[in-house]
Amino acid sequence: MATAPADPAPPLKDAVIDAALAGLVAAALALPMLGFHLEDGTTSLTLSPHLPRVGLAALVVAGGRLGLTLARRGLAARRAGRPGRLARLGGRLSGTRLWVGWAMLLFAAVLPLLPFADRNLIDKATMVLIYVMLGWGLNVVVGLAGLLDLGFVAFYAVGAYSYALLAHYFGLSFWACLPLAGLLAAAFGLTLGFPVLRLRGDYLAIVTLGFGEIVRVVLVNWGDLTGGPNGLGGIPRPTLFGLRFAAYAPPGHHTFAQFFGLRFSPEHRIVFLYFLILILASVTNLVTLRLRRLPIGRAWEALREDEIACRSLGLNPTTVKLSAFATGAMCAGFAGSFFATRQGFISPESFTFMESAVILAIVVLGGMGSQIGVVLAALLLVGLPEWFRELQQYRMLAFGAALVLIMLWRPSGLLSGRAPTIRLGERT
Amino acid sequence: MLRVEGLHSGYGRIEALHGIDLDVAAGEIVALIGANGAGKTTLLGTLCGSPRATKGRVLLDGADITRLPTHRIARMGLAHCPEGRHIFPRMSVLENLQMGAAFGDPRHFAGDLERVLALFPRLGERLHQRGGTLSGGEQQMLAIGRALMSRPRLLLLDEPSLGLAPLVVRQIFELVARINRDEKMTVFLVEQNAFHALKLAHRAHVMVNGRITLSGSGADLLSNREIRAHYLEGGAA
Repeated sequence: MATAPADPAPPLKDAVIDAALAGLVAAALALPMLGFHLEDGTTSLTLSPHLPRVGLAALVVAGGRLGLTLARRGLAARRAGRPGRLARLGGRLSGTRLWVGWAMLLFAAVLPLLPFADRNLIDKATMVLIYVMLGWGLNVVVGLAGLLDLGFVAFYAVGAYSYALLAHYFGLSFWACLPLAGLLAAAFGLTLGFPVLRLRGDYLAIVTLGFGEIVRVVLVNWGDLTGGPNGLGGIPRPTLFGLRFAAYAPPGHHTFAQFFGLRFSPEHRIVFLYFLILILASVTNLVTLRLRRLPIGRAWEALREDEIACRSLGLNPTTVKLSAFATGAMCAGFAGSFFATRQGFISPESFTFMESAVILAIVVLGGMGSQIGVVLAALLLVGLPEWFRELQQYRMLAFGAALVLIMLWRPSGLLSGRAPTIRLGERT
Repeated sequence: MLRVEGLHSGYGRIEALHGIDLDVAAGEIVALIGANGAGKTTLLGTLCGSPRATKGRVLLDGADITRLPTHRIARMGLAHCPEGRHIFPRMSVLENLQMGAAFGDPRHFAGDLERVLALFPRLGERLHQRGGTLSGGEQQMLAIGRALMSRPRLLLLDEPSLGLAPLVVRQIFELVARINRDEKMTVFLVEQNAFHALKLAHRAHVMVNGRITLSGSGADLLSNREIRAHYLEGGAA
């Protein structure tokens, strides 16, 4: 590992001067903000000075700054000797990815049976899994092919609306629509792919960002078809081989509970949806893992590494890029139609840029190209904010702080590094 | 095998090549030497369709490839080792080699790998290492090996000596000679390192400002007074 020589820790004097400066700035800022207190007299408002608070703020900032500098020095000294704990954990996880993946899948599969799994938890786990699936889809585009896509949510929206509209206008079932939604999203992926073939990096990011917005704006404004900002409601729920998850079935149909002789419980549907997304996500994982080992997957990675070399080796960058876009978009399409059927109601509100940003953050935080990293990052980014709703308005603050900390400690993502896709046995 | 007729090419409105004629026969090593900015790399690029030729023709075994897209030209058996190596740094050596064979018959893969690893034993030792962690010389070997994996008819080498230590440069040139001798590979070599290139090449051309000013056998050019003065000063170690 190439480690930059750690800059020599600044002497204590410098640290103290630095802290004093920070305190001074804090005092200057605090004076107008904390230094005066507005008192409501009987006849008029009066300002009373409150200088101790200014001093306190300055002291806190100076102390914090000093503490941070010292802690940094300590950390740097320790890290020079050996890799951090997180790094070692990452290394261990990437070394044994296979069984970690299976263990995670097993845990996910038995989750609804565990005693602490209430409806709420399963619902949240379903949400996390949707993002895991989206993350895996985007991982193909960003992690493997290296095409920075800021408008990924557009394909998610295409998937969701395809199902909702097909069900609404043609009465098609979820199972019929699922492949159609995937195909439509892939077609949109190709549509986006063509004009942006020549772009890379920042330029590509801006165009895809625009594409995401175009799709949302069309959804908002094409009121006749999409219901505009009011969205589409009454999206049919999925069935299990024709069995409905409802209290009563229309004549000629059965409910899940009737068929299996169970007492109806709304939880059946929640658990069913959970398993459905678990299967969808697992298939996505399987397919993307498999694709990586195929020539097309290696071509994606090669394209990310060096486009000139790709061309001189006879790879057609056009097909490689388009296939990456289409594959990623298809995953998002599947996830989108699942989202629509789970919610029963969709509106353009659900497909804002924020969603794209979260999905991208999942891929980047997880470590570009790492499948398990995506799972961890999705748990962190989608799961934590859900579980910490009690923090209320500080929730997003904690979220932001977590992002900053991860990027400080693991700048290339939670699980970085990639395993080669082929190995030869010991050569004789 | 390769025939270039009156080739003009350039970037935007700036013309870099003003009518190049040359040919490379099967089994030969032909070198193109010249100073910085003479248009050597542009010529190799134009052979591969990037930048596009504005005038003239490139024929590969009689087939006109001037207007074909780059990746098609590559698939016709013109393997280009671009300047600066352009290996895939985050992929393993084996994966790099595999990318070279991306369009070959998969049945040839094992045999070709064997062949390339026999030529470059160093790559065999580093098979699972990331390409980016190899030394400069090893990366150059990897770039050549990757190009060979596609079973090319003609190998285009752009400055294989770039940024390498003199000892490694000699090694690379010995390998090129071996590939030509043992594998009967036709090589078109672009070099600044005139001494090594001329020693190696059967025939050579000198390029100045987008034109070929002098041609001859490698040995002839090596003893040419003008060449010695311009390109070999102090380099003939």
